[in-house]
Order: sequence, then structure tokens, then C-alpha cells
Amino acid sequence: MNWLTILGLLPLIGSAAVFLVPRERAALAKQLALGISSLVAVAGLVMATSFDRGVSGFQFVEKYSWIPAFGINYGLGVDGMALLLILLALILTPVVILACWNEAEGGRWSVKTFFALLLILETMMIGVFAATDIFLFYLFFEAMLIPVYFLIGGYGSGERAAAAVKFLLYSLFGGLLMLASIIGLYVVSGDQLGAATFDVSELQKLSLNNQTELLLFLGFFIAFAIKAPLWPFHTWLPDAAKAATPGTSVLLLGVLDKVGTYGMIRFCLSLFPDASKQLGPTIIVLSLISIFYGAFLAIWQSNGDIKRLISYTSISHFGFITLGIFAFTAQGQSGSILYMVNHGFSTAALFLIAGWMIARRNSSKVADFGGLQRVTPLLAWTFFVAGLSSLALPGLSSFVSEFLVLVGTFVRYPVAAVIGTLGIILAALYILIPVQRAFHGPVLPGNENLKDLNLREKIAIAPVIALIIAFGFFPQVLLNVINPGTQASVAALNIEGDK
Amino acid sequence: MPAPEIEYAVLAPVLILLAAGVIAVLVEAFVSRKYRYVIQTTLSFSAIGLGILSVALNKEVSGRFAEGSVAVDGVTVVLQGTILVFSLLGLLLIAERGFQSFTAQASTLPGSADEQRALASGLQQTEVFPLTLFAIGGALLFPAANDLITLFVALEVLSLPLYLMAGLSQRRRLLSQEAALKYFLLGAFSSAFLLFGSAFLYGYAGTTTFEGIKNQISVAPGNDLFLLVGLATLTVGLLFKVSAAPFHSWTPDVYQGAPTPVTAFMAAVTKVAAFGAFLRIFYATIGGMVWTWRPIIIVVSILTMAIGTIVAIAQRDVKRVLAYSAIAHSGFLLTGIVAFNKSGVEATLLYLATYGFTTLGTFAIVTLVRDAGGEVTDLNRWSGLGKRSPLIAAIFTLFLLALAGIPLTSGFVGKFAIFSAAYESGNISVVIAGVLASAIAAFFYIRIVVLMYFNDPQEDGTSVMIPSPVTATAIGICALATLILGIFPQPVINVIDSLAIFVAG
Repeated sequence: MNWLTILGLLPLIGSAAVFLVPRERAALAKQLALGISSLVAVAGLVMATSFDRGVSGFQFVEKYSWIPAFGINYGLGVDGMALLLILLALILTPVVILACWNEAEGGRWSVKTFFALLLILETMMIGVFAATDIFLFYLFFEAMLIPVYFLIGGYGSGERAAAAVKFLLYSLFGGLLMLASIIGLYVVSGDQLGAATFDVSELQKLSLNNQTELLLFLGFFIAFAIKAPLWPFHTWLPDAAKAATPGTSVLLLGVLDKVGTYGMIRFCLSLFPDASKQLGPTIIVLSLISIFYGAFLAIWQSNGDIKRLISYTSISHFGFITLGIFAFTAQGQSGSILYMVNHGFSTAALFLIAGWMIARRNSSKVADFGGLQRVTPLLAWTFFVAGLSSLALPGLSSFVSEFLVLVGTFVRYPVAAVIGTLGIILAALYILIPVQRAFHGPVLPGNENLKDLNLREKIAIAPVIALIIAFGFFPQVLLNVINPGTQASVAALNIEGDK
Repeated sequence: MPAPEIEYAVLAPVLILLAAGVIAVLVEAFVSRKYRYVIQTTLSFSAIGLGILSVALNKEVSGRFAEGSVAVDGVTVVLQGTILVFSLLGLLLIAERGFQSFTAQASTLPGSADEQRALASGLQQTEVFPLTLFAIGGALLFPAANDLITLFVALEVLSLPLYLMAGLSQRRRLLSQEAALKYFLLGAFSSAFLLFGSAFLYGYAGTTTFEGIKNQISVAPGNDLFLLVGLATLTVGLLFKVSAAPFHSWTPDVYQGAPTPVTAFMAAVTKVAAFGAFLRIFYATIGGMVWTWRPIIIVVSILTMAIGTIVAIAQRDVKRVLAYSAIAHSGFLLTGIVAFNKSGVEATLLYLATYGFTTLGTFAIVTLVRDAGGEVTDLNRWSGLGKRSPLIAAIFTLFLLALAGIPLTSGFVGKFAIFSAAYESGNISVVIAGVLASAIAAFFYIRIVVLMYFNDPQEDGTSVMIPSPVTATAIGICALATLILGIFPQPVINVIDSLAIFVAG
């Protein structure tokens, strides 16, 4: 059974259906979108039950010839990492749809278009993580930009058009560099393997000379570093996250940016092991800069725009993820993959609650809130839990991943790990300061009559908070899925001195 | 001396079009005005139809004909087929009578009482049909030419009607006439270069046939002064025609001034014809000199891509943007020449096919956006088109994305093929330049998309015409081709790959 194709097609068909709903019946469009995305989420979970956790290769493999002249296949398949990221996307999409029920009203286009675009985006997210053919991956990688571009530019606030263009151009530029590398791989594979191919597993057999490998690696890496975003390629993110609707930001930071770190593991490490090892220390340094740069900006922003603040914290977190990836240890990589999932949920929670706060108060400045703990206790508590997870409090999901990343890094780069640990202290500051300012202290004027979470919001946020707590106590559920893949990946790097 | 042997069947495509051109002139002279339009369109479309048929019959042919002056092989067949299909689409736009793109009477002075009278009496000249037919005939012969004289004659038969057609615009006639004159003067200049180079090559090889020159190069390679001067000036002449930098300066003015249907025809058809000739000369004739010409073409290619994309950013007129985009695409196409391998031929042919459909489609849409005075080409006034006319804006977006080379459109397939051919030949510098240029180009294509979707329409009388069946057909075919070539290019690639072989020897 072609699980992945069906999974990917469902939202696409759904988006067409949503699009066909008459413009006046916006509520129907929303219900339809919610229904379809929930159905897809359930289907995804059902699929996951038949995933074999003991092996490292791709599962649910599909492969059909598409453009034989260029050796392009329609190839899909998932390993543990891809499966978890797809599930992350599948769970977050209905959450976002429910949470952002009224977000699309101020848009440039009709409400139904917003939800149709979200469903199209869901298809792209499934495709990008499931593609086993580099060409197909590139296709989804680029095609993904289009719905996001319209979501930011059409439904965001403030400088939405400018932010959307900035986002698009950065990503497109990275994508084209990757394309140059893909063409390179394609030609080399034609020379070495007899027939040119884009199949990831085939391409791993290439032996590249040092200079070619470095160049091709850089093409991929820069594209992924822009996406991730890693310092100094991050500048598009705060603008995009601030301008986008909270729902779009959730998917943007929670899922789409993971394509960057996912790509580093899937393509950079496996196709260019020597270049990865050669440039690894440099990337470790960039990761450390990201951790601190993002953290300092977040602290500096802790009285300012709350959406910018959350996006800066994400830059810091992505620094941890790349740190774990380029430490080249199984623990570090497992930690990074776990981090991708956990960060997805905790950032989603933060963004959604921030969005509700902004919608209630008509202001996105932390300084305008105050004393919400008394006025809207439930909202304050959920934000607090998500925030604690974000600062890696033991017992909540991010802790395990951050711990694994740092332990994995310590084995190879003790100094980097120690420096990285300091980042956790900063994390406490950039979460606790805004929490204190917005939720505690006296109730500032203008906040007296804010309403607490309504039933729809409670239903939307409940699964996310539940997962944050559950994965904090039972990370092993996820690690069992992740570990076979990371062990194979690190073993393939063949680093001397490893036992 | 025996009578020359002419293989009429093989040469049929060219002959049919030229004969139709002659008949069309007679129709202009003898048929009453009332019937001319119907007869001219019927004649032109049937000539193209017959032409396509006769090209299809040639697909097994490979050889030199008409006493060695014309080469018909797989490459010729692909090129001629492409040219005829694009001519058909271009002619659909030219035949549009729903809105006046062409001047009522070309011979009247702009702004004169005569012009007013001609306009008032509702004249619609039909000279454009014979001119188009001659231009197509020339375009068909150009890439098949197998000696320098045929090459020159074909070039002139292609160019002279185009000079006239560029001056036929109804709106902004002075600009149109200026464009025609500029095109004529610079075109004459480039023809002179071509002729000059031909003379030197004749001096070098003692013959004007391509295989004569090729044999001479293989016998006496190296740095014969006549050969080098001849090649250099011949190349300059060709670079003019494909609007490669630094010989591109005529392009924006001519593209802007010419009636838009003519621009569309010119942009697609002459590009195919000129690059066809480029292929035959550089691959099949002076291939032995590759180490001499390759560095030059690399530099020209990178320069053309850079100028085309960077200058396009500053343009505020949609036709000028598209003109600079055409220049940039010439740069991309030159990477296919740089490749100099079999994939290079295939990729160039594929690229030409994909580019032609897209560019015809974009110009076809430009003809639809109008106000009371005619076409609106000022980009600012295109803002909000997405709201005003969602379907047209969506199709235009598709074309722009294809020009930008976004995946799932034909433009991507073409770019991918041509860049991988260049990469395969080891010339990675042009590939990197090409990819960077694509990134810059994406910026100004996307800016137009932004303008159409994210800005509010201005109330200035700009409206999108409902296309008549002819224009709608042309746009529909172009859009469909752009999608199909983007998603399922395999059948077309198969045809091109099986045919892309030059006649041997």
C-alpha cells in the first residue's frame, strides 16, 4: 500500500475541496480543513504503528521512474527521523487550523484560501521529508516556499509583503546553490555509476575528490543553514516570524525550519562525509555563535515584540541542534533529532499562546501585558509550561534532547559542550524575564478584562502541552525510533578513534 | 556544367513558406480589401500546417542537399519543427483582430491627417502576413544553411521583414518606427560583420561550404590569421542576432517599440533560428577550434547573463523587463554552446523549445492588458491584476515562474538540462554564474508576481481584455506546453535525443 503517497495526496485533495467551498461559507471551509487534517493525522499515526523500529533503512518505500532521461525517480520512503518529522507536521497542522480559527479574517484574500494554503503546505511538508530522490526533495523544498510566501504575505500583519519577499528570496537563493550542487552530483554520478541518478542511497556510493566534495557540500549546507536558520544566515527569520500569523509561524519554525537540520543529516553527512568532517569544527563554532547570539537578542527583546522574541529563542535552539549534528556522535545526533521534534511542540505552544495574547490585547509588546496570571490563569500556565520546556527544565520534553546533545558533544568537543551549557543559563533568562513581566506583578491598565482560554483554544493547545509533558517523561518512545538511524549514520562517517 | 540537383522534397518546408509568401504578396496586390484578411490567414496557416507536415516527413533524412548548400539532419528537423510551431502561435497573435495592435496604414505619417483618415475608415492592413511568411521561410533556412552564402541569404530573408514588422505598431508609432530604424541599422551592421567574417573564412578555406572549412581546420589547424579574423567577426555577427552582451543594446528598444505580437514572434522564432545556426557553426563546423572559441563564449555567456538579469531589475516597463530577460536567456543558452558535447546539443534544443512557448505566452498576455489608448506596459499599472483578472494573472505567474526556472515548469527542465551539459563538459564557472544569475532573475520575476497579487489595483482605466478565441488558443497552448514540459518532459526529450545528431562528415 502506498502509504506515503496517499498521506501526501489527502491534504492536496482536501485543499481543492476547501477551495471549492463558496466564499461566504467560511465556517464550512474551516471545518472541512480541520476534518481533513485530523484525518491525515490519524492516518499518519496508523501508518506509524506498522513502522519497524529495529532497522535503520528506509521503510514504506515507493519508487517509480518519472523522467528517465535525467534519471529522476518518484521515490518516497521514511526512516525514523523522517517519520517523526512527518508526524510532527501532521499533528501540528490540525492544531494550527483549530488554534487559528479566526486568524485569516484580516487577510488580503478570502478566509478559505488561507486554509487551502495550509493544506497544500501540509502536502509539501510530507513530501519534503519523505523524498528519497534528491530531485524530488529539491522540488518540495522549493515548492514549499510558495504557500508559505502567500501565507505570510497575504495574511500576516505589519510589513508582511516585505517579510514574505525577504523570506522567499533567501530561501530561493539557498535553493539555487543547492541546485548547483545537485547538478554536480548528477553529473558525477553519471561518470561513476554508469547512469546518472538522484537516488540518495545510490549517491552515497560516489567517491568524490576533496575539492569537489567541499564545493558540493557547501551548496547543500548553505541552503540548509539559511533554512535552519544558522547564524549568519538567519536574518530573514525574525521578520518573517513577526509578520506571519501565529499559525504560520508555528509551521514555519516548528516544521519548515527543520528541513534545514534534517537536510544536514540526510544529505550533508551521508553524501559528503569527508567534507562534513573537515568543516565540522567550523560549523560547531557557528552553532555556538547561534546559541549565544539568539539568546542575547532574545533577552534584549524580552520587553519588546513577543513574536520576535520567540523567533530569537529558536535561533538559539537551532544552534543546539546543529551542534549535536556536527559532533558526529550517535548520542549527539539522536539528541538533535529529538530536539527537532520537541522544539516543534514547545515553540508551537509558545507561538500559539503569544498569538492569542496579541489578539486579545491588540499589542505584541511584552511590556504592554502584566499580571495576566491573575486575569487569565490558564493562558499564563500553559505559556509557563511551554516556556519551561523551552528552557529545558527536567521533566519536560526539551530537557532530554538538550542533555543528549551536550553529552554527545562533550565526548568529541568538551570545550564546545561546556560553552554550550552556558547557553542554558541564558535560556532561563529569556524565558523567565518575559514570563515575569507579562504574567506577574500588578495588572497593567488595559489588561483587566482579558478573557481566558475558550474551549476551542483549550482543545487546540491540550495535545501539545500533553505531548511536551509525555515526551519529557518517556523520551524513550521517540529515541527507540531515532536510534537505529543515527547509529548507522554515525558509523558510516567512519571516524577514527571511535569505539 | 550539369544542371544543379535540387531535392525538392527535403527542402519543402522552406519552399512552401517562401512560395506562400509570394502568393501572399500577390493577394495583397490583386484581391479586394474586404477578402484579404480571410485569404491571408487561411493561406498563412495552411502554409505552416503543410510546412510542419513536410518537416515531419524529413525526420529520417540526414545529408547535404541543393549542391551542398543546405544540411538537413535531425537537428534541422527539430529546429524547423520548433520554428514552425512557434510561428503558428505567433501568427495566431498577429491574426488577432479584436484589438488593433497594428497601424491602420503603415505608409501614413504618425499624427498626420492621412493617419486620422485611415484610422477613421477602419483600415486594417494585412501586409504583415506576407512579411511574416518570408520571415518564417528565412528562419527555416538559417539553421539548415550549410555554406556561408546560404547563411547570409537566409539571415537577410529572416531579418528584412522583421525590420518592417517592428515599425507597424498602432500605438506609440514614433517609438515603433524608431525601434524599426534602430533594429535595421544595427541589424545591417551585424550582417556586415557576418559578411566580413565570411569573406575571411573564404580566404582561409578557399570554399564557402561548412564542410570545406571544417576539413581545412582539421588539415591546417592553428592560428591562421584569416581563420581567426573570420571566426571572430562571424561570431560577432551571430552574437548580435541572439542579443548577447555586449551586442544586446538593440533588444530592449526593439522589443518595446515593436507591436507586441511581432515581439512575441521575434523573441521565439529568431532565437530558435539564430541558436540553430550557432549550433551548426560551432558544433559541426568549427568544433576543431573549440579551445580557441570556448573561453570567448564563456566570457560572453557570463556577461550576457549578468547584464540581462541585473539591468532587468531597474526596468519599469513590462516589455523591457521581458527584453532583458530574453538577453539573460541568451546567456543561459550560450552555456549550451560552451558545453560542446552531445548533451549540449540536446539541452540547447530542449531549452529553445521550452523558452519559446513561455516567451510567446508572456507577450500574448501583454497584449491583453490595456486601457483606452492601447496596451499598458507600465509595470506600476499592472498592480492588482490578480484581483482584477485572477485567471490571466495566474497564467502570467506560471510563465514568469517558468522564465525564472522554478521546478515543475518547463523553464526548470530546460535550465537543468543545459546546466548539467555545461557541468559535464567541466566548465563549472558558467554553471555557477548561471545559477547565481537565476537567483537574481528570480527577484524581478517575483516582483511582478508581488505587484499583481499584493498590491491593490489602481483606478486608472487599465483593464484586461477578454481574449478572443485566437489569442486564447495561443495562450492556452503556451500554458499547457509550459506545464507539460515541466512535469512530463520525457516524450519530448526522447524525440530530441533521438534526432539530435548532425549530418556526418
